[in-house]
Amino acid sequence: MRSIWRTRRVPTSGLARDIALVCAADTVVGASFGAIAIGLGLPSWLPMLLSVVVFAGAAQFLFIGLVAAGGSPVAAVAAGLLVNARHLPFGFAVGDVFGTGWLRRIAGSHLMVDETVAFTLAQHEPARRRKAYWLCGSGLFISWNAGVVLGTYGGRAVGDTDALGLDAAFPAVLLALLLPSLGTGPNRRAALAGVLVALAATPFLPAGLPVLLALAGVAAAGTGHSGRRSGGRSHVRHAHGSAGGSRVRRGRRSAGGSR
Amino acid sequence: MSSGAELVAATAVLGAGTFAFRVAGPILRSRVTLPARVERLVGVAVVVLLAALVATSALTDAHSFTGPARPAGVAVGALCAWRRAPFLVVVVAAAAATAALRLLGVS
Repeated sequence: MRSIWRTRRVPTSGLARDIALVCAADTVVGASFGAIAIGLGLPSWLPMLLSVVVFAGAAQFLFIGLVAAGGSPVAAVAAGLLVNARHLPFGFAVGDVFGTGWLRRIAGSHLMVDETVAFTLAQHEPARRRKAYWLCGSGLFISWNAGVVLGTYGGRAVGDTDALGLDAAFPAVLLALLLPSLGTGPNRRAALAGVLVALAATPFLPAGLPVLLALAGVAAAGTGHSGRRSGGRSHVRHAHGSAGGSRVRRGRRSAGGSR
Repeated sequence: MSSGAELVAATAVLGAGTFAFRVAGPILRSRVTLPARVERLVGVAVVVLLAALVATSALTDAHSFTGPARPAGVAVGALCAWRRAPFLVVVVAAAAATAALRLLGVS
């Protein structure tokens, strides 16, 4: 599974710095979450409880949006679960990091989020994968929750979160995380198809479902055989015995001068 | 709006379900080996899901489309990301661009 995300090797200090930058960014996104929750009129304990118990940004934003709009909690939970289903493949991708200890598997699984999975998959040696996972996972848990607390109490002072453009923070972070993976033909085709399906379905379906329907777009990626036609790059890597076809690539996140 | 108890219960269920998704892989992977083709498709599926998530959270609100301010802000963030700016710059730029547009009266 580690063949799916590829990148240049990252020296350790670069890794720690990249993770620190992601944590800083997610503190801001967490603050936006807390502030938006308060702005929607929800009780101040809710964003903090969600951030500790669920610890998944997309589901949390969906949840508070639905609940605040008067939707039933059942719908909010269903939407959150649909959107969090992506953690199932994530778990298969990074599961080797935990070893066999049950405590580590439990604690480690709870820390599993998009950014942490991305950083882990970019590493190739087991020791570095573990390091990336635990550093990013625990760093983000602290930063995200600290951000949510800041946003919850700062949110009262802010008032109108839309005026600060805070609702753009979460999609922007997710897109930045995703951009390197959209470099290859099959991924790009599949993503575009999936996005069109999801957007077309949004006016008609309950929240969370359009995102899952986007999986139909995977068909647009083509089979392993058509990967040969779509790009020589993916075909070359086939020699390593890893899966052919699409490659999801994870670039480095760092300040420009570091290169 | 739902009561406090309902919200706590909903949070607990969402947390438990999410944890189940997360822990399934680590528990099962020692017993299950996925064929290479399935692994590849799962990789594509992850990209597709995240892309759909970005699109719906940038462009829509529940069942309708938002005004241009948020998508434009996200696009600014995307531009920064494409130019390899750090995550923090991406987030702040996106929020600032959206805020600026709203200040100018764009919704």
